[in-house]
Amino acid sequence: MKLAYWMYAGPAHIGTLRIASSFKNVHAIMHAPIGDDYFNVMRSMLSRERNFTPVTTSVVDRNVLARGSQEKVVDNITRKDAEEHPDLIVLTPTCTSSILQEDLHNFVERAQLEAKGDVMLADVNHYRYNELQAADRTLHQIVQYYIEKARKRGELPEGKTEKPSVNIIGTSTLGFHNNHDCTELKRLMADLGIEVNTLIPEGASVNDLKKMPKAWFNLIPYRELGLATAQYLQEQFGTPYIDITPMGVVETARCIRKIQQVVNAQGAEVDYEEFINEQTLHVSQAAWFSRSIDCQNLTGKKAVVFGDNTHAAAMTKILAREMGIHVVWAGTYCKYDADWFREQVSEYCDEVLITDDHGAIGDAIARVEPSAIFGTQMERHVGKRLDIPCGVIAAPIHVQNFPIGYKPFMGYEGTNQITDLIYNSFTLGMEDHLLEIFGGHDTKEVISRGISADSDLNWSKDGQAELNKIPGFVRGKVKRNTEKFARERGFKEITTEVLYAAKESVGA
Amino acid sequence: MTVAQQPEALNFECETGNYHTFCPISCVAWLYQKIEDSFFLVIGTKTCGYFLQNAMGVMIFAEPRYAMAELEEGDISAQLSDYEELKRLCEQIKRDRNPSVIVWIGTCTTEIIKMDLEGLAPKLESDIGIPIVVARANGLDYAFTQGEDTVLAAMANRCPEKAPVSETDKNERNAIQKLLNFGKKKEEVAQDESEYVDHKPLVLFGSLPDPVVTQLTLELKRQGIKVSGWLPAKRFTELPVIEEGYYVAGVNPFLSRTATTLMRRRKCKLIGAPFPIGPDGTRAWIEKICSVLGITPQGLDEREAQIWEGLEEYVKLIRGKSVFFMGDNLLEVSLARFLVRCGMTVQEIGIPYMDKRYQAAELALLEKTCHEMGSPLPTIVEKPDNYNQVQRIYELKPDLVITGMAHANPLEARGINTKWSVEFTFAQIHGFTNARDVLELVTRPLRRNNNLKDLGWDKLVRTEAKI
Repeated sequence: MKLAYWMYAGPAHIGTLRIASSFKNVHAIMHAPIGDDYFNVMRSMLSRERNFTPVTTSVVDRNVLARGSQEKVVDNITRKDAEEHPDLIVLTPTCTSSILQEDLHNFVERAQLEAKGDVMLADVNHYRYNELQAADRTLHQIVQYYIEKARKRGELPEGKTEKPSVNIIGTSTLGFHNNHDCTELKRLMADLGIEVNTLIPEGASVNDLKKMPKAWFNLIPYRELGLATAQYLQEQFGTPYIDITPMGVVETARCIRKIQQVVNAQGAEVDYEEFINEQTLHVSQAAWFSRSIDCQNLTGKKAVVFGDNTHAAAMTKILAREMGIHVVWAGTYCKYDADWFREQVSEYCDEVLITDDHGAIGDAIARVEPSAIFGTQMERHVGKRLDIPCGVIAAPIHVQNFPIGYKPFMGYEGTNQITDLIYNSFTLGMEDHLLEIFGGHDTKEVISRGISADSDLNWSKDGQAELNKIPGFVRGKVKRNTEKFARERGFKEITTEVLYAAKESVGA
Repeated sequence: MTVAQQPEALNFECETGNYHTFCPISCVAWLYQKIEDSFFLVIGTKTCGYFLQNAMGVMIFAEPRYAMAELEEGDISAQLSDYEELKRLCEQIKRDRNPSVIVWIGTCTTEIIKMDLEGLAPKLESDIGIPIVVARANGLDYAFTQGEDTVLAAMANRCPEKAPVSETDKNERNAIQKLLNFGKKKEEVAQDESEYVDHKPLVLFGSLPDPVVTQLTLELKRQGIKVSGWLPAKRFTELPVIEEGYYVAGVNPFLSRTATTLMRRRKCKLIGAPFPIGPDGTRAWIEKICSVLGITPQGLDEREAQIWEGLEEYVKLIRGKSVFFMGDNLLEVSLARFLVRCGMTVQEIGIPYMDKRYQAAELALLEKTCHEMGSPLPTIVEKPDNYNQVQRIYELKPDLVITGMAHANPLEARGINTKWSVEFTFAQIHGFTNARDVLELVTRPLRRNNNLKDLGWDKLVRTEAKI
């Protein structure tokens, strides 16, 4: 047992559900007790989904506990198949079904006999994998399933596309700025003259997966999601993959040069050097920014970085290599992939921190006292407590990290967005600091504000105590309205009764 | 659709139970705030933790007095001793927070692996010297607010049995009395006592925010009724005395286990009343308590009329409109009854679990209200099926759907007004004073849409998957 208040990566089934609901016309059925379908709330709220989240539950209750699921799971699968005609139904185990040890494989096979769509069991063990690992595995499993299905039926297409083309693998629902990154990557590929063969899983149809072997190469923008799929496609079809995240000016260039190398090896004759040069010097403002006076002022300032592997590693490199900022420590909560992270960032920071204990992160921030933090929502709150500004760079995230405006982290527009994020974090901190030195904003007391400033009314002790229970942000309004009410009715003293009478009459 | 014969009595149905609601462990979020010296330890998996972390939003950052005892593979396969593990964690909690009580919340996982929490607790309690209360608030058996019911039922067994003898102890014990006596000398207190009618002690049960506790207590005081205590109190150490023969009354419709425990284990007499939600409910609640205690209620007519008068601006927005409750928090019957009284037509009352005995008075009031308002009697659907409900919503086109967040945005995108049901659990909705707040919530989508109605943006999905 472990005492835990907060976790960075969710449970395994969340990863599976993220993959399933990213695809078009794929339905997930969770084998879970009532209340475990919280994923639907998150998807509906955080990404403001207009459509019903295609996830339902085959409910595990007392009866199931006593007698097993029996027909229930099979019935739920065939029912959903008839109701919504999904291409694929993914039966998703949860922590509960992991320990029930029911033969879910058998249910899937039986349901498959009746269902028109495909049915599969997500192969993830709750106690071994977290959300990110499960997502990676599920994506691999689905791709493999449809490649093998097509191969059996002789439907696998021969050869490659005529022009250089790519599969972009790994953008998914509830991913940090994934939809914006996806647009930016498509734009970048178009600029490079590369066709996007498939883009999975977000918005893809499972029927398109058999097309995947036609791509010249696979691009894996996120370290956490897609690698297993890319490795599988390399084994099967020899398709090379590129796992350089195009985040930051230098890394974007490195990614593009790698693409050049990979497609030229297959007979294309492209030279992207001119494109990289033009973009770096004139389209992206990040290179110019690092030369400007603003950035000079950031030289040697202390920062700490924490997040998932992709974003924390990229941010660390941008801060240190592109802006001359002193990254005291950089950390990740992807403990299962810690070696990769160490190798990526070791030369760009003093210390590497691998942990998923938010308390340890908080302590490490307090110890270092950086001028800015780049982390998750949790680090943002640590920053609030310690009065240190924080830029959010990775999940776990809140609804404000699903902006409506175009805010990619990848590609050349991404470098602009990241520059703003970094610079705004630091200047805000600077402003606060200056305000403190000069004694804050205008320090004069407000002389009079409305009726409550020269109050001739007495608050009785109980009235005052009751007023103090009202949350701070509305207390002023309640106080003013209550006093107005009391004055109009000629009360001399405001007691608890008067306070609530005012509320009943005017909604104070 | 043909016009059906108006049914004579309430119609009860039961569907598949495939509906969305919060897991009952969510009760820790409001109970740890209510019981100030408590610590809630949820013994479960990452799934439970992930739910709490996301559902409770910003509260998680306020160093809450709750935590997960996260079970690992070794715990599941019984390689580790449950007792030793729990002891280690509880000692750490004692060291860091020093609470007056640790509440263990059992989850689905502890049920399935049959971890004997009730057996382990007394031993550990005597080992570490802190009371340990066990509540099995799991998703296998319960929905959302029923979590509070399991905790309060467990707490009911911890209420002291005999009133302490000395006067000073009494003051320490009883927070409400202290509040009412605030800053008064002893003679004045004695005088205060005379404001009350002499009646058998009454204890109320149900967790409400402190201001609402004060409001309801004052409301009963107007009738000369003294509230001897409240389960739960602000602190675990202030749990009310419950002697055999005391009267008890519930303030929320989801507290049936607590009511049962108070009757069977503590030999209390339950006052079965409608719940004090809406001015009609509040009045009926007070009247029922008065009648059981042999008191003639004073001035309730005027009080209720005066509240309705203040609500008119909201009521006129919803009068004649229809509402559909998908059902997820057990407040549905009381809210529906209030809305019928406001002139709404209720098309369906979905509800996770229907205790017809505990809610009898509320159901009777609903039926009566429908007759009086000339409104058709709604069907009450226990364990609803959300998919079927959405089909019925498409067909009935209600003016308002009260539903969970999983369905709210998708329904809005299809031009159907929704109100997020969970807000009713967290807002102050009890008593005369807060009737306005209920209607503020109910009318918000309608007021919002009045503001936007000329824009022609009510349907915002491209294709309706109609097959």
